[in-house]
Amino acid sequence: MDELTLFLQRVTPQFIEGTKITIQLTLVALSLGAVMGLPAALARVYGAPWLRRLAMTYIELFRGTPLLVQLFVVYYGLPDVGITLSRFGAAYLTLGLNSGAYQAEYFRGALQAIGSGQMTAARAIGMTKVKAIRHIIIPQALRLALPAWSNEAIAMVKYTAIVFLIAVPDLMTKAKLLSGRYFNPIPVYISVAVIYIILVAIATFIMRNIERRLETPGLEIETERH
Amino acid sequence: MSKPPIVKIENLHKKYGATEVIKGISLEVQEQEVVVIIGPSGTGKSTMLRCINLLTEPDEGRIWLEDTEITDPHTDVNKVRQRIGMVFQDFNLFNHLTAVDNITIGLTKVLGMNKKEAHDKAMWELERVGLVNQAAQYPAQLSGGQKQRVAIARALGMDPHVMLFDEPTSALDPELIGEVLTVMQKLAVEGMTMLVVTHEMGFAREVSDRIIFMEHGIIVEDGPPKQLFYNPVHNRTREFLWKITELYGHDEEKPSEF
Repeated sequence: MDELTLFLQRVTPQFIEGTKITIQLTLVALSLGAVMGLPAALARVYGAPWLRRLAMTYIELFRGTPLLVQLFVVYYGLPDVGITLSRFGAAYLTLGLNSGAYQAEYFRGALQAIGSGQMTAARAIGMTKVKAIRHIIIPQALRLALPAWSNEAIAMVKYTAIVFLIAVPDLMTKAKLLSGRYFNPIPVYISVAVIYIILVAIATFIMRNIERRLETPGLEIETERH
Repeated sequence: MSKPPIVKIENLHKKYGATEVIKGISLEVQEQEVVVIIGPSGTGKSTMLRCINLLTEPDEGRIWLEDTEITDPHTDVNKVRQRIGMVFQDFNLFNHLTAVDNITIGLTKVLGMNKKEAHDKAMWELERVGLVNQAAQYPAQLSGGQKQRVAIARALGMDPHVMLFDEPTSALDPELIGEVLTVMQKLAVEGMTMLVVTHEMGFAREVSDRIIFMEHGIIVEDGPPKQLFYNPVHNRTREFLWKITELYGHDEEKPSEF
């Protein structure tokens, strides 16, 4: 057996472990991000002034500081005020809150792109504002936000690599470990790069399918006409 | 004793910033009446219409829908709006829903009907506007005229006591106007109470019971179509009708010369 095959045989189980964790981090971060982002966007667009300010503070805080700083504050800083999180807890929380800030902006753009006539028509048939937002505005806004959201999903696959700095055993951490163990960084990092590319390709494929499935028939014709 | 009016407006005022768009309008509309509101653009016709279902908040004055004073702060606006159908210039169909679902959503989410019942009712409303075959199509797949007919069906689905039309044909290509006017005429014949802001003089003359000529935020003239077309009290009415018929109408629709 040649050297490369032997090498790959040794590192593959480690890569699989790391990949699993990278995927897990991505999914949790995106979900937490959506759970934070949509309400933040709604607060910014429809909220009372104090809610709007609160949402803006959150969004600007997480968009205005480096992800790495956020991670360190959460993992090393929060224990000082009595909140100690596990490595995973800190990773999930930081990535999720960070993603939420960006997702909030994508959702906000989409909410604002829905013409005011939609809200007017919904109110005219007697819907409350809340019902109109829920049944008329949000379903359309989510479709509009999807392309930008796909971008976020793809970016998140790679952002997760930052958790290497607090030793969460993701793909990147495994790579660092293996390259040290076998004194062979080049093949290790190239393999890892390839795995990230495959993950991104899969994410792209899934998002494209979702976009296609949720497309409102005829809408693409409409946009061409204008 | 005669029935109370369906819509009653008393001394309505509305300002946008420093501009007063409506300067004291009073108006009564009886059941089954078809009232067409005409006038130059920017004279507050649409604003008045939107005040009737409180899409625009009046600054002053009172409005009643049957025996409910809708300008009373204790009135549930959402309940009132269920009784008032509104059709917009640019249709405002819910873009993510099929024609039939544009109608059912109000029935299920506002009136609380079950899905089956709502669907049957919605199909019946589509039948009324002649669009049963388009039930499964999305707004973007429909022509302008079809969209406006779905919008009418959506409003009708709520079983309104009065229908407001805000320039329903102004955004349509000329060849699509007819199908919408036909539906509106049918509604009028069926006895629907209607307030229509429009430039369609043919419709005004043939279908309406009353024409209201508005200018600069007040009602200049209010009377049966015959009076406004052939024997208007105000010269301004005659001038406007002459000009508008020349622009939008056909020769035989022109009012008598002056």
